[in-house]
Amino acid sequence: MRLETIPNPSAARKVGLPALALLATLGVAMLLALIAGANPFAVLGQIARGALGSKLAILETLNRATPLIFTGLAVAVAFRAKLWNIGAEAQLYAGAIVAVVLGTGALGSPLVLPVSAGAAMLAGAALLLGPVLLKTRLGVDEVVTTLLLNFIMLLFVSYLLEGPMKDPMGMGWPKSPALIPEARLPRIVEGLRLHWGFALAIIAAVAVWVIQTRTTLGFEIRAVGQNPEAARFAGMPVNAVLVKTALLSGGLAALAGWSEVAGLKGHLSSDLSPGFGYTGIIVAMLALLHPLGVVVTAIFVAGIFVGSDAMSRAAGVPTYIADMLLATALLFMVLAILLTKMRVVRG
Amino acid sequence: MSEIVDILISASFWAAVIRIASPLILATMGELICERAGVLNLGIEGIMVIGAFTGWMAVYQGMPLWGGVAVAMAAGMLFGLLHSVLTVPFGLSQHVVGLGVTLLATASASFAYRLMLPQVTSPPKITPFQPLYIPGLSDLPWLGAALSQTALTWAAFAVAGLVAFTLYRTPLGLALRAVGENPAAVEAQGLSVTGLRMGAVIVGSGLMAVGGAFLTLSAFSSFFFEMVNGRGWICIALVVFGAWKPGKAVLGAILFAAFDALQIRLQQTALGAVLPYQLFLALPFLLSILALILMSRRAEVPAALMVPYNKGER
Repeated sequence: MRLETIPNPSAARKVGLPALALLATLGVAMLLALIAGANPFAVLGQIARGALGSKLAILETLNRATPLIFTGLAVAVAFRAKLWNIGAEAQLYAGAIVAVVLGTGALGSPLVLPVSAGAAMLAGAALLLGPVLLKTRLGVDEVVTTLLLNFIMLLFVSYLLEGPMKDPMGMGWPKSPALIPEARLPRIVEGLRLHWGFALAIIAAVAVWVIQTRTTLGFEIRAVGQNPEAARFAGMPVNAVLVKTALLSGGLAALAGWSEVAGLKGHLSSDLSPGFGYTGIIVAMLALLHPLGVVVTAIFVAGIFVGSDAMSRAAGVPTYIADMLLATALLFMVLAILLTKMRVVRG
Repeated sequence: MSEIVDILISASFWAAVIRIASPLILATMGELICERAGVLNLGIEGIMVIGAFTGWMAVYQGMPLWGGVAVAMAAGMLFGLLHSVLTVPFGLSQHVVGLGVTLLATASASFAYRLMLPQVTSPPKITPFQPLYIPGLSDLPWLGAALSQTALTWAAFAVAGLVAFTLYRTPLGLALRAVGENPAAVEAQGLSVTGLRMGAVIVGSGLMAVGGAFLTLSAFSSFFFEMVNGRGWICIALVVFGAWKPGKAVLGAILFAAFDALQIRLQQTALGAVLPYQLFLALPFLLSILALILMSRRAEVPAALMVPYNKGER
């Protein structure tokens, strides 16, 4: 078999195949429920109800979506330039550390929130700068270096929480002291458990969309991603574009950790992120790297996680079903997207 | 300083080095086969997890230890098949597919673990491989203790030899190396690029899974969720460090294991009292990055690595 480009793919093909990918994922979900000895339809219903069935459930889903929007944007921005930033997890923790350093009394109102957000972005950007310079200067593959940095960062956080950043009142738990009230992101509506981090994430998505569609940098990022040799031939500073992309991507990922600490948790612990950095890759790919699409897919992915937690308590199907479904959706989706543009022919 | 010398000349240190190197050698050989054929396999981390889990679970269910190794290998090959179908005939991004396979394999292990052992708080133990007694060798004073290793360790070194022999001394090896350098030329010889590449990824993934199974069947006796802990990513760095050559990659794995064994022992010394233990634990990852930087200028990357091949396209 070989692949052949389809000259003018039909609209049905462009919409139908991705829809089919999601349907196939649904099929896998039902199969897994059957394997676990549960009623597949009941399991799907419980996931949906757990994610969207009540005001509380919806707010929980939106809260969970907030860091995923940031990490999804970070990945979308980087992957668009074919910069494989798999280190969003480490950049997230860099932002979280800054939120604690500046938010526990070093700065007061009204400076603390904007300054710590900016500093968090710088920290995340700096963390990605190393791997990108190694890529552009020495040709070291950034996938491996960013992945390895995730492990180094988690150990660094563990060191901070057991040493210099340990909460003396923490009863021996490795966690940081709580942020001062002025350093906390307020709730969007008083009484509802949804903080301003969610609104900021949406603003960030719009900002990235504007950068990508309305600025020279956005044009350069696309050109470098599509064909770096052609971009270089056209006189584009390819390495400089990659560095700028990295600064943006690392900064966005750092905001995920910053908003989790400043908005949701109020302190740093080493279980702050259950893999938001890695899940960001799925969020971005499902959104076809479109920044506004990231908001939608982040809420969808968060809903699967929140819904699976609720379903697991009720139906006894392990909550890891969520991770399996999302990985499956990712693989089905990349295949479906390819097949909207290419067809398989014999020979 | 004398403390470090004492560590370095002890037989137990070198026994640990060889033990720590074994899973790395197996998985590195797996990744090396894939990359020599032109496919980067980022599924390695998850495939090691699924190998560690399935091998252990098979033995826990009553299979013999070598049966567990076979089950792990089969599970790894299954995920290798998934990876190779998506990346070779369909030519999808090897980065995205590899990470997807890692996420899927890791989640599958967690899901199956919870399903099969719903109430368990600490994972049950199995009886792992025991050190082999080799008449003559095992009785030697220092060497006997250093080479007191399980059959799976000896197998790891045998696999490395077999991979080197196959790659450099057989027609299959020549075809595999060529398919990673110039697939069109291989196709012109009447060989199937798709078949060679898929075969390499499937067999390579099987070896990665056996590397994972080493952790549960030989090094430890239980399965923990975080037990692979980045070893897969380290193996990718080892392939680069070994300049895509099996012999150098084995040396790299041993060097790397020596640092790992040393850091564990240094934690017990005066140095460990001064420096945070996290710094010692970060050492393998820092070393991997350093290795990548050192080799960046010299490495001879297979020319067609990460370049999908589509018949009829030039």
